[in-house]
Amino acid sequence: MARPVLLDCSGVWKVYGPNPTAFMKKFNDTPGDADLAEHGMIGAVRGASVQIGQGEIFVIMGLSGSGKSTLVRCLSRLVEPTAGSINFEGTDLLKMTDDELIQVRRKKMGMVFQHFALLPHLTVLQNAAFPLEVQGVDRATREARAMEMVEIVGLKGREGYYPRQLSGGQQQRVGIARSLVTEPDLWFLDEPFSALDPLIRREMQDEFLRLQSMLHKTIVFITHDFDEAIRLADRIAVMKDGRIEQTATPEELMTNPATPYVAEFTRHVPRSKVVRLRSIMSPGVTDAEVAGDLPGHLTVADAIDQIDGAPYPFRVVDENGVPLGTVDAEAAINVMVGRSG
Amino acid sequence: MSQQDHAAGTAPPDRAVQAWISGLLSGPRLFWIGLFVVTWALSTWSFALYKALDARWIIRFPSAYELGLEDWISSFVSWLSDDLSFGLFTFRDVTRFLSALIEWPYDIVRSLLIDGFAVGQGQQAVEILPPLSWLAIIAIVVAIARYAKDWTLAALAGGCFAYLAIFGQWESAMVTLASVLIAVPIGVAGGLALGILAYRSAAFEGAIRPVLDLMQTVPVFAYLVPILVLFGFGPVSALIATVIYAMPPMVRITTVALQSVPEEVIEAGRMVGCRRGQLMRKVLIPTAMPSLMVGVNQVIMLTLNMVIIASMIGAGGLGFDVLSALRRLDIGGGIEAGVAIVVMAIALDRLSQAFAEQRLRPRPDPSLPIYRRYPIATVTLAIVVATTLAGLSVSGFRAYPASMTITTGTIWASGIEWINVNLFDAIDAVKTFLLTWLLLPVRQFFNGIPWAWGVIVTGLAAGRVGGWTLGLMAAAMMLFIAASGLWAKAMTTIYLTSVSVFLASLIGIPLGIWAGQNARANKVIGAIIDTLQTLPSFVYLIPVVMLFRVGDFSALIAVVLYALAPAVRYAALGIRTIDPELIEAGKVTGCTPRQLLWRVKLPLAAPSLLLGLNQTIMLALSMLVITALVGTRDLGQEVYIALTKADVGQGIVAGLSVAFLAIIADRVVNALARSSRERLGLK
Ligand SMILES: Nc1ncnc2c1ncn2[C@@H]1O[C@H](COP(=O)(O)OP(=O)(O)O)[C@@H](O)[C@H]1O
Ligand SMILES: [Mg+2]
Repeated sequence: MARPVLLDCSGVWKVYGPNPTAFMKKFNDTPGDADLAEHGMIGAVRGASVQIGQGEIFVIMGLSGSGKSTLVRCLSRLVEPTAGSINFEGTDLLKMTDDELIQVRRKKMGMVFQHFALLPHLTVLQNAAFPLEVQGVDRATREARAMEMVEIVGLKGREGYYPRQLSGGQQQRVGIARSLVTEPDLWFLDEPFSALDPLIRREMQDEFLRLQSMLHKTIVFITHDFDEAIRLADRIAVMKDGRIEQTATPEELMTNPATPYVAEFTRHVPRSKVVRLRSIMSPGVTDAEVAGDLPGHLTVADAIDQIDGAPYPFRVVDENGVPLGTVDAEAAINVMVGRSG
Repeated sequence: MSQQDHAAGTAPPDRAVQAWISGLLSGPRLFWIGLFVVTWALSTWSFALYKALDARWIIRFPSAYELGLEDWISSFVSWLSDDLSFGLFTFRDVTRFLSALIEWPYDIVRSLLIDGFAVGQGQQAVEILPPLSWLAIIAIVVAIARYAKDWTLAALAGGCFAYLAIFGQWESAMVTLASVLIAVPIGVAGGLALGILAYRSAAFEGAIRPVLDLMQTVPVFAYLVPILVLFGFGPVSALIATVIYAMPPMVRITTVALQSVPEEVIEAGRMVGCRRGQLMRKVLIPTAMPSLMVGVNQVIMLTLNMVIIASMIGAGGLGFDVLSALRRLDIGGGIEAGVAIVVMAIALDRLSQAFAEQRLRPRPDPSLPIYRRYPIATVTLAIVVATTLAGLSVSGFRAYPASMTITTGTIWASGIEWINVNLFDAIDAVKTFLLTWLLLPVRQFFNGIPWAWGVIVTGLAAGRVGGWTLGLMAAAMMLFIAASGLWAKAMTTIYLTSVSVFLASLIGIPLGIWAGQNARANKVIGAIIDTLQTLPSFVYLIPVVMLFRVGDFSALIAVVLYALAPAVRYAALGIRTIDPELIEAGKVTGCTPRQLLWRVKLPLAAPSLLLGLNQTIMLALSMLVITALVGTRDLGQEVYIALTKADVGQGIVAGLSVAFLAIIADRVVNALARSSRERLGLK
């Protein structure tokens, strides 16, 4: 699917150490790993290039310390890249003045943080309304907007609570409400569910997918959990030591890992967790009886319980509910048991 | 090796001794023992040496080479205050302007609390508004305490203020409170502003840190002298000195509090598009608020402490009562005013601490009328208006009726007299024992050290512990003291400090260890230590002088009491924060409780004990200066004399000397703590 590119970053470096700019200049913006080590520099991000399309869920996956947070902070310019270029909606993000940047962040970007980063002295509602408060929106308007968001993330009735009175999952819901209250186009999430218990994490992933099916944001999602990545992503960029090893859809990563490092990740992942209904359906619209509709981006593993228990095949639809094809139990079970169908 | 031959031929018990001795003489220990032996020898024979060689410079710094900094500073300050002019206005105008700036709100607050508002001067003055009724003030205190925490605190705070009224201390207490109410906001606002600057600019932080270090180590009396000369005797001078004294911790706490706001929270603020000012006001300061309130609490307590000391330059109030009672040796009056200070300190401390503990306050329902949304504020306002208006006609509302005050002065006086009559022998025996066996020998040791060797040995010891830059710095500081002609007094200061630190550790560390291992003991000891720490330093002098009269011994007791708290606290902390797994490992290995303490807990608590030692030394030094009032002959006395003569140069040089001693001690003990942490593999 060709989507228009919303965020285009190429050759982005972030180097920590004494006088990084001079260092980058010396090596013509392409120092090798040995050069970095020799000069005692830390290359948190090394020549990363990504194109993120409108409305896609782009996951950056890598182990802890691989530079994911630094990269996503370069994309929002919370961290100033040492080299490279970043284009957002066709304008050069790195050339923006402080004022322009503030406007872009106020209107077009939202971010969710690993440890929630809520303001402890504000209630749930006030936290969610905070971005609007900063913009000078009057109290009644911003609290009404915030209330809608609080309801959308399922915290209705707790809007008067303070963050300390909430569980981790609930706090992150507030973080999500805050990041969405300004209706941004581009949504950054830096390991949003990593601080949560596994059960809650799963629940929050479902919640996230539900929100996205309503809102259609362009999303940059950071995680160190490969299962989470393949569950949520349209495309995944795998990072290692500051470099992007491969950028591909989950299925391509499985079938065609570019490096042994990527292959190591994919080796133990069952195909059913990656293969989506869209890839195994029989295309074409039928008039035959169906058990119901299933979205095409669901993985087989997520849909198997429904498909297996139903007397008829399911119809597969796209984001807008347009029918694409049908999927039956046999096709799904073939994937589950690893039989090539 | 003759030693080894000898060892080989002796019986086993001797061999143990031998091993012990050779252990002492090997490696690092040899250095310290050698240093001590040389110092001891020089100290013992320095006088004989001077006689034998007829070299007076051995025991006295040659006066021809003295720095003469005092005169320099004195003439500089008189130039400042008499001659300096910036064209349109003079330096004098600036100080007058500053005075007016502070005096104006101070007068208002004082009028509000105690004097009433009047027009006209002196006899012709006509009162236009009465001061707040004492009942109104108590009601306000109760309401604030209720808002800050609960009815228990409200009862405590209200009780404390009622005590002040009933026991006849109201007027002085309100004068002191007026100073606190002016000094605290200035100290907090100034500290916050400087702290924010230091947070934003690393260069500014680097510049201000040594200034803060110095301000916290220069003894309080030393501040008073130049301020006295520039601003004259009176409450304004006292307020300025108080603010200067109370502000540094706020600067530090602000910077640290802002720096410890989680990076993610700041990023969240930036991502929603905060401008710089918004980020500070809406994100950083509110998030750092609990820590900032701890700073406010510190400012309040330091302010109270200093306002009392500053009665020497005209603050009036409770401090003045204590001071004049001390001078008259009026036992009862001194203790009454002292207890009033304690009561006020406790009330202010608990109140400000309650604000520091962040609590959730439900937002009142906005649909209710305002008096129902804030019922307590409404009732308080009603009480304030009613009682103050009633004060216009009924004087009992205006001021607590004098006929109903209870005075405890005579009880205290006879109590002390009873102790002096009946326990004199016992007290005297303790005093004589400590004097003969501890104070005099230590004093002789330190006073005998020739200044030149003193400079060298300080440099060597400091260098050994903390590297050669520290050694050089320490030696240079000691040389400054010697060259200012203050060597003998500095040695007296060191002697009194070391004896009191020794005694405070001897008492405090076991108490701390006990508190660290036993929850119940911890509760009791913790409460006592907390209270001891809230008491302004002046208060410690009162009972001590009453019981032991003036002199080194009284000073010692007061300093030990004042400096005890950190020894206890850090020992308890050190024991309590040991990784429980290590203790379990010790138990599994079969350690007896005794072995567990000596072999496991104490070594692991060493860094914490050293930090406690550091704090103990700092408190001891700061208290020692105040004990000049009870007649010690140390650097503190030098500063005190300077204050009574208003001699700026003498005051500053002596003050700097105390600060230098404090800085040397601080750096050396910190270096020790650091290396012991590294040895234990703690960060
Ligand atoms: N401010 C900094 N100074 C020096 N090194 C940094 C800084 N921030 C990040 N790094 C280094 O960059 C690397 C990548 O960090 P990060 O982006 O946080 O990784 P991730 O989010 O993938 O765990 C790490 O090795 C980290 O130590
Ligand atoms: Mg990270």
